[in-house]
Amino acid sequence: MPSHGIRDRVAIIGMGCTSFGEHWDQSIGDLALTASQEALGSAGLDLDAIDAFWLGSAGTLASGLLLAEPLKIRYKPVTHVENFCATGSEALRNAAYAVASGAYDIAMALGVEKLKDSGYSGLFDLNPTTDGTELEMTPPAAFSMIVPAYAEKYGVSEDTLKDVLSHIAYKNHANGAKNPKAQFRREVPLERIRSSPTIAGKLGLFDCSGVSDGAAAAILCRAEDAHRYCSDPVVLKGVGFVVGPAEGTKKPDYDFTTFPEVVASAEDAYRQAGITNPREEICVAEVHDCFTPTELVLMEDLGFSERGRAWKDCLDGRFRLDGNQPVNSDGGLKSFGHPIGASGLRMMYEIWLQLRGEAGPRQIADPKIGLTHNLGGLPGNCVSCVSVVGKAA
Amino acid sequence: MAGIVTYGAYVPYNRLSRSAFGGRGERAVSSYDENSVSMAVEAGREAIRGAGPIDDVCFVTTTPGYAEKLDAATICAALDLPSAVRGHDLGGSGRAGLTSLLLANDMAQAGRRPLVCVSEVMVGAPGGLREAMAGDGAAAFTFGPGSEASAEILGSGSATEEFMDVWRAPAEPFASQWEERFGVQILVPLMIGAFERALAEAGVRAEKLTRVIVDSANPRAARGFAAGAGIPGDLLADDLGANVGRAGTAQVGLALANALDRAEPGDTIAVVTGIDGADAMVLEVTDAIARHRPERSVERWVEAKRNDLEYNTYLKWRGVLPFEKPRRPDPKRPAGPPSRRAERWKFAFVGSRCAKCGTANLPPQRVCVQCDSIDETEPEPFADATATIATYTHDHLAYSLQPPVVMAMLDFEAGGRFPCQLTDVDPEQLRLGDRVEMTFRCLHTAEGIHNYFWKARPQR
Repeated sequence: MPSHGIRDRVAIIGMGCTSFGEHWDQSIGDLALTASQEALGSAGLDLDAIDAFWLGSAGTLASGLLLAEPLKIRYKPVTHVENFCATGSEALRNAAYAVASGAYDIAMALGVEKLKDSGYSGLFDLNPTTDGTELEMTPPAAFSMIVPAYAEKYGVSEDTLKDVLSHIAYKNHANGAKNPKAQFRREVPLERIRSSPTIAGKLGLFDCSGVSDGAAAAILCRAEDAHRYCSDPVVLKGVGFVVGPAEGTKKPDYDFTTFPEVVASAEDAYRQAGITNPREEICVAEVHDCFTPTELVLMEDLGFSERGRAWKDCLDGRFRLDGNQPVNSDGGLKSFGHPIGASGLRMMYEIWLQLRGEAGPRQIADPKIGLTHNLGGLPGNCVSCVSVVGKAA
Repeated sequence: MAGIVTYGAYVPYNRLSRSAFGGRGERAVSSYDENSVSMAVEAGREAIRGAGPIDDVCFVTTTPGYAEKLDAATICAALDLPSAVRGHDLGGSGRAGLTSLLLANDMAQAGRRPLVCVSEVMVGAPGGLREAMAGDGAAAFTFGPGSEASAEILGSGSATEEFMDVWRAPAEPFASQWEERFGVQILVPLMIGAFERALAEAGVRAEKLTRVIVDSANPRAARGFAAGAGIPGDLLADDLGANVGRAGTAQVGLALANALDRAEPGDTIAVVTGIDGADAMVLEVTDAIARHRPERSVERWVEAKRNDLEYNTYLKWRGVLPFEKPRRPDPKRPAGPPSRRAERWKFAFVGSRCAKCGTANLPPQRVCVQCDSIDETEPEPFADATATIATYTHDHLAYSLQPPVVMAMLDFEAGGRFPCQLTDVDPEQLRLGDRVEMTFRCLHTAEGIHNYFWKARPQR
């Protein structure tokens, strides 16, 4: 039994999210304040009502002070968590378990990241002192290794696969165009995506997610109390979180066409939530499309597509806003942007909106069950969190 | 009697065509991730295969990795030699290329078994003759008793004089040279004198010589010696000037290695240099040469090359030309304690193998990646292991002085997987399943610390 889960025991009663992008005029504290105020407002609560906080922020080497100081949280527990790009989901998960345990009545999970102050392109690691032998591979290079591996394993030409990847980017940009909070709010023609400058392997600029600043927050309480604060709460059905042993880069049998960590975390979350047929039961999903090939493989690892068939489903439009199983309706990491620590909570924000019928032009007809998937690390070497949520009974 | 037991050479992969300077031929250029130390290691790896135990490591260069800190210690670590080895850094003059061999021979006569690595990154001032005609490279020799020698040292002669020919102050990037004709009239008589004394000590008549290697930092002196000593042109060894260039302290070593590659037992070779004085050495090749030749000849190194390097790229590699940095963080310096903890992995590419299940673990793991047994793994060198490319990618975002960075998943034929940067590779020529071998490199230098580690290259 990998985990018992907290099915239907914890509810989200308020959420907030800043717009993502290049916020030259806002500090990390400003972003956290904006997201927390929106979340508190949607739950109708004051900051004083929150008993404990989980702060997700990757690479800031922060403590709880990073949140307590700008918000003026007075003498409350504030826990800083960090788990690569899955940091936001990790904050939410820990806050949820704290509430479920009965230790606290109301908790806030807040993810925030300020990437654009560094002056660098792309992500960079803040590894402390090392022996200098660590892998010096950028994330796009690592994820680009999926492309030739997938093409070879399933007999799809790399040219066709490039088309598939461009379709994924196109879809996510089209969704982002409908989202006032997204970093990139414009549709991008397929041909422009396809011919964008190469970043790594077969990946062009438009196959990569946006580097951005932003914050997102959720307020949680035990499900039985949810209706005291919120008429339309969302309940957690299952949360599967796993860390792999980083052996894909050590054992020759790893083939770069799957993330075993995602498969394991999805299995756990589905079992907790009682999902047996994710392709049919998950109505809307926010997945970790850090690079377009990641989204392709995730469709198979999450059970939305059969092995070797996701490329076809992508081309057939299954995951478009008007398809049978919309994925990344808010634009995803691709066009909403990827401020590391905030992304997991941003995903949940979109599912929150969708389940409550508040997604505006992106609204999907009557979704019952939503999913978020948040990945951190590199193929063969990663952490993964899958959350299944639904409307309260 | 003592002499050279084994030897090896190294010529870097890149060549700069002298058409960049309006000249003919090409010069060898160490890559952006190489320095005199890493090239010495490559030559040393060739030399120590089949050599006996090593007592001394002598690193010889005028372009060291550090002004203060023993480069020989890095070489010892990279060659995975025991710590009881005595390390020496020598240099100060191109002359050390030959005097170090004579010194090593004296050590061998005293019963020690030294390894000498001569290596040079020759940088000349842009537009000058030295820039065009010099080249980068390394050679290495082990010395031992005459009974084991492939080439016995029969005699030597030397002379030391104070005069200005070639000089470079410690902080200066480029060497200077006095009017060549001034040096010639001093050097040539000194070279002839040293040559004659070496022949006399060896008891060898000049007519018996089968090959003569001549080198001087003053090209006129090399020609003047050959004419003055009456050395016939066909006796003169190839100085590799056409497609390698004069490699400073490594020049004599490279030329000697090239001569030994082609020598027959019984051949007698003289080596004569005229730099800050003169030195001469006379050797006789023995039957042992057949079993002590390195895996890769000088010719093989010279032939494996890429010669489309652009001149301004070369200048960037050597730090001569400032350039726009990428918008990425500067590389970090490796830290002392973790580098020390990982010494055999970082410097010698020693991985581990599980004694329980036989799985190779790269980098070495305390808990086996396959069977989870704890502290059951044994160290295993992978520096000479070959691997195939399971998958690879071109990384245009990563910082490099030769973009794109080529990253590959290496599956070793002896088992084990390791993600590794490739070097000396034409990115367009790469295919899945290609075989690669490991090479010792300086990944970057930060805050004055060289970050040495291993990369893979297509088999050369």
